[in-house]
Amino acid sequence: MNVLDLDYMLGLIPVLLKYLPLTLEMAAAGMVLALVLACLLAVIRVLKVPVLDRFAMLFISFFRGTPLLVQLFLFYYGLPQLMSSLTAINGITATIMGLTMHFSAYMAESIRAAIVGVDRSQTEAALSIGMTNAQLMRRIVLPQATRIAVPTLMNYFLDMIKATSLAFTLGVTELMGSAQKEAAGSFLYFEAFIIVAIIYRGIVELLSWLQRYLEHRLNRAYSR
Amino acid sequence: MIQLKGLRKEYGKQTVLDGIDLDIAKGEIVVVIGPSGTGKSTLLRCINFLETPTAGEITVGDLTVDACSTSRKDILALRRRTAFVFQNYALFANKNALDNIAERLIVVDRWPKEKARQKAREILQRIGLADKAEAYPASLSGGQQQRVGIGRAMATGAEVILFDEPTSSLDPEWVEEVPGLMKQLAREHQTMLVVTHEMSFARDVADRVIFVDGGRIVEQGPPSELFSNPRDPRTRDFLRKVLPDQTA
Ligand SMILES: Nc1ncnc2c1ncn2[C@@H]1O[C@H](COP(=O)(O)OP(=O)(O)OP(=O)(O)O)[C@@H](O)[C@H]1O
Ligand SMILES: [Mg+2]
Repeated sequence: MNVLDLDYMLGLIPVLLKYLPLTLEMAAAGMVLALVLACLLAVIRVLKVPVLDRFAMLFISFFRGTPLLVQLFLFYYGLPQLMSSLTAINGITATIMGLTMHFSAYMAESIRAAIVGVDRSQTEAALSIGMTNAQLMRRIVLPQATRIAVPTLMNYFLDMIKATSLAFTLGVTELMGSAQKEAAGSFLYFEAFIIVAIIYRGIVELLSWLQRYLEHRLNRAYSR
Repeated sequence: MIQLKGLRKEYGKQTVLDGIDLDIAKGEIVVVIGPSGTGKSTLLRCINFLETPTAGEITVGDLTVDACSTSRKDILALRRRTAFVFQNYALFANKNALDNIAERLIVVDRWPKEKARQKAREILQRIGLADKAEAYPASLSGGQQQRVGIGRAMATGAEVILFDEPTSSLDPEWVEEVPGLMKQLAREHQTMLVVTHEMSFARDVADRVIFVDGGRIVEQGPPSELFSNPRDPRTRDFLRKVLPDQTA
């Protein structure tokens, strides 16, 4: 059995880390957009807005029911074929679109559950003092739903960071793509991919700390 | 100043309120009693449209709302003239005691925050919880939570406060403080419509007691009369059960 080439591995770290910002940027953009879309979907579903509710259900079931990779290929290869104005949709854009839609479908469901989880009698109390639906959502329900939803949403964010690695199948040279290239040149596949794995693991660990800190802060809020 | 005309509520085929007519004068304290499931909560909830009545007319002050033709604006206006105290307190869990009370003034009446909090502090003083301003509902006892619930209703300056069994979720040891506060409000001539199983409260505080059964007002009168000399057999039967010591 061959011994791992440690020098090569150490040398690879700075090379691969150069691509980390792109990975994080795609994840951050995807997360922000997915959160906005998920909130919209969740509110539509909670309020059972006519017509839009049907559309939201369809959207959610499609993006939860099909693999992310298939969705990415649809956006990257399929869309330009339908709409000629998109002839060259770039891989990064397609990845962000795919991540946004895919994860917003999951996040919409957990946000909806969190909204429904806020004690219904508080909604009635808010209405009874003359608040409008919008005021009651903004001031009473959403702040509490956030507290319920944050742990799950953070987990989706971690999943999303890992899922950005699929961008390399669309020709994007991000963390995974760069490792793939390096390995193809050196034939040291195991070394290259174990370094990628370690880098992903490191990010996830860092963010888990952030998650625990956030949850601690949020839990402290109402218990005094 | 509060007037209900022919108020009806149906759930599907089930008639819960079968034409309620009721006038309440300014400053009057009206207690509603009756067996379980006869529509007492529904009556209160219809008055501020937490439930939409099927038919009838509701007047509070100078505002009259017809159940059959209401606009969103009417409903908001009606809710702003009434206040509700819930059986399970229903305090906003994400707000401390002070902000539970100030919320309406800040959001609905659009007072500046400081002025609203100042008013909320005065109310906390009146309900005897000045030292709990910063406390969140989760850290208050049931009795304290319900007093904040009443404080929240007081802050609305509503023409009438609707109480739905305000003491029935409380442990016996906390029960006294809530009727105590309600009696204080009564002395200040706050108009109140109270659903309760506390017959002693009805007897001591009410100007008028209404007995409801099957979605109708069966009998009403001053507590001294209704309790000692009920005319309808259903009233007599009900009172015999809830006032075992007072067999009529
Ligand atoms: N949302 C609803 N849908 C269908 N039926 C309902 C609904 N709310 C109440 N009811 C029915 O209306 C009737 C009256 O209920 P309500 O809660 O007003 O009674 P109540 O007099 O307050 O009783 P209690 O003393 O037990 O509180 C009950 O038979 C109840 O099952
Ligand atoms: Mg009831």
